[in-house]
Amino acid sequence: MDGAELQSLATEVVRDATLGYDQKIRRLAALATDAVAYPDLSPACREALDKRIICDMFEGNAPYTPRYVLPDYERAFRQGLTFLELAPPADLDDALAFLQIMYAHVPSVTTYPVYLGDLDKLLERFVTDDISDDQLDRKLRRFWIGIDRMQPDAFAHLDLGPHDSRITRSIFRVERSLRQAVPNITLKVDPETTPDDLVLDGVRTVFETGKPHFVNHPMMVGDHGEHYAAVSCYNSLKIGGGAHTLVRLNLKEAALAHVGSSDEFLATTLTKYVELTAELGEARTRSLVEDQRFFETHWLATEGLVDIDRFSAMFGVFGLAECVNLLMAHDGRDRGGEARYGHDAGADALAVRLIDRVAELVAARPMPYCEGGNGRSYLHSQGGIDIDDAVTAGTRIPVGDEPAMLDHIGTCAPLHHYFDAGVSDIFHVDETAVRNPEAVVDIIRGAFTSGMRDFTFNLDGNEFVRITGYLVRKSDLATIADDGMVRHTSDQLAAGSEDAYHLTERAVKRVGCHERAPR
Amino acid sequence: MSVHRDRQPTGFVADTISFSSVDGPGNRFVVFLQGCNFDCLACHNPQTIPGHGPVAGFHPQHTAVEELLHSIRRAAPFVSGITVSGGEATQQPEFLHALFAAVKADRDLGHLSCFVDSNGSCDLRVWDDLMPVMDGAMIDLKCLDPQIHQRTTGMDNGPVLASIRHLQDLGLLYEVRLLLIAGVNDETGLLQRTGEWLADVDQSMRVKIIGFRAHGARKSSLPLIEPSRDALNAAAETLRSVAPFDICVV
Repeated sequence: MDGAELQSLATEVVRDATLGYDQKIRRLAALATDAVAYPDLSPACREALDKRIICDMFEGNAPYTPRYVLPDYERAFRQGLTFLELAPPADLDDALAFLQIMYAHVPSVTTYPVYLGDLDKLLERFVTDDISDDQLDRKLRRFWIGIDRMQPDAFAHLDLGPHDSRITRSIFRVERSLRQAVPNITLKVDPETTPDDLVLDGVRTVFETGKPHFVNHPMMVGDHGEHYAAVSCYNSLKIGGGAHTLVRLNLKEAALAHVGSSDEFLATTLTKYVELTAELGEARTRSLVEDQRFFETHWLATEGLVDIDRFSAMFGVFGLAECVNLLMAHDGRDRGGEARYGHDAGADALAVRLIDRVAELVAARPMPYCEGGNGRSYLHSQGGIDIDDAVTAGTRIPVGDEPAMLDHIGTCAPLHHYFDAGVSDIFHVDETAVRNPEAVVDIIRGAFTSGMRDFTFNLDGNEFVRITGYLVRKSDLATIADDGMVRHTSDQLAAGSEDAYHLTERAVKRVGCHERAPR
Repeated sequence: MSVHRDRQPTGFVADTISFSSVDGPGNRFVVFLQGCNFDCLACHNPQTIPGHGPVAGFHPQHTAVEELLHSIRRAAPFVSGITVSGGEATQQPEFLHALFAAVKADRDLGHLSCFVDSNGSCDLRVWDDLMPVMDGAMIDLKCLDPQIHQRTTGMDNGPVLASIRHLQDLGLLYEVRLLLIAGVNDETGLLQRTGEWLADVDQSMRVKIIGFRAHGARKSSLPLIEPSRDALNAAAETLRSVAPFDICVV
């Protein structure tokens, strides 16, 4: 970026009537990071990046914080914080104040913390018998409003479960009464130990607020151990660790750049772009660790609240649907577009072969400073960003083209185990389920039995709409359309995604029937 | 009526759906059988009424139990059970029995509950025969008044009322459904009497009040009008004033 361009972009930001003061500061900081030199890349890597076949998520040229940081809040509670001069909390009020202060200082690419802690485990010990449910709700309600106003970003994410607790029940009550877009929430579900009634409470909360997500706890523990969390937008990582960076490969663009059969794609083009994506991830990781020296300088690292050995880089893919469909056409098997991803066993099988090959290549590519992933990148099905256009998020079926829910799950479930750092498919249920939430509990349990890592659903007609994985209120989107100012930075990203994807038009998944239209 | 338990009869099946949240407890796999002995004006799936012969645009299939089990197996991890609806499920009692018995006997499906969604017109012995393999029934009561019932369904409601009482005695009555059509069967006095009759069967009965919806229904000589939300809620209040029913308004 030259000086004139920087000046012009900065002028645009400072004069943008839809951005608040803090939001302007953050945009200006991002511009400044883009004005410094990019880490050294090979010409092939640079070309692929410029063509957007591979993508750095616009994290900025010189990463000075890991993209996703998961502080060990448990340890912080035990030992207190030297840098922030906080003693270990003695009661619930202390603990909530401690967290609120700490959140303000946890770095991330959005500038807001992407992980707020496993709040049930952190707080349950402070919930003594002399605190009534009503008192608990009032304390958490205050805390909740604080999160939404001070970390106004729907990527701020907390985890609950798999065990039941008074904290979790109170959080669900507060969520249903406040109906805020922030924070984002994941409920860890262990089919063996999580009571149906807790999952049911979660489902009822989704009906009101679009949260929580449900994750397959045993599968996560298998990949990361007990100390993991789902953060930001479907990113599953180690607590006390995180991800240095997220680079992603646009499988659609890779397929467009390919001439020949799907077999040749797997052998040549895909191999080439996986290596270029990994090169980009390595360059950015080295820049963070070696040049900006985050882990030697930041208090979270020096006080032992994050450990570089619990970090890795994330290798994301997206545009699988278009990639599969293009390759089906290359192979002459697409039957004029009929045999496509989500609608054809052959296309679905090709999708599995593709991701299996990506996983194989990523597992064979050593990465520096990635001990969290045993020296390899984590694989991630990347849920899309605001500028994506005409390409489907991650490994999802295109919006509006989803088959009936059982078939939808049948297509997606075989892919989930590959993505240790997270994968997402979003299901819509119609309003009949509100009177029968047990039906959704059945589906969630089935989804995990079928090997899904995450189950996320939206209720039709809800005020909230899920964009790539985070939530916005439809009324806030309308405000942006009218050039108004909104509190949440994530709302502005959402407005871009909504324009490009028409996400709110996602095909409705029937779980009800009685009014059947003739076929 | 004799039920042949040794052979596996085929069913005349209009359609199946893998997931339904409106056909009994939890998520359910639903089989819609073809053919109904009622001819309800308000039927929203009138294509499922004819018991044989071609139905323009629809393709009911003679389907073996094993074939259905194959589809149910796929959905099994995601459902609490199966529901057989229609058409009228009890018009094919041998098949109904064979399907439920096969589900109960299957190693992978035995945990699924088996429900019937019925107009309640069948011979009471059908319920007796189904009892060992059935977990519950949802019965539509189109109207307590025999004349209105006759006018809207073409049939007498005596057997329906008998089924409701008999299923309650067998411990198999899951829910009674009242389909309300504005100006036809939603008069307050009638609903009051309906509540009294139902309360005599079971004070805490699950009652689902369903408002008629014109979508899918045929043209009718009787004007069919969708009741307002307020009218449905008022109907629920009328019933609640009679007994502490477990009422759901749809």
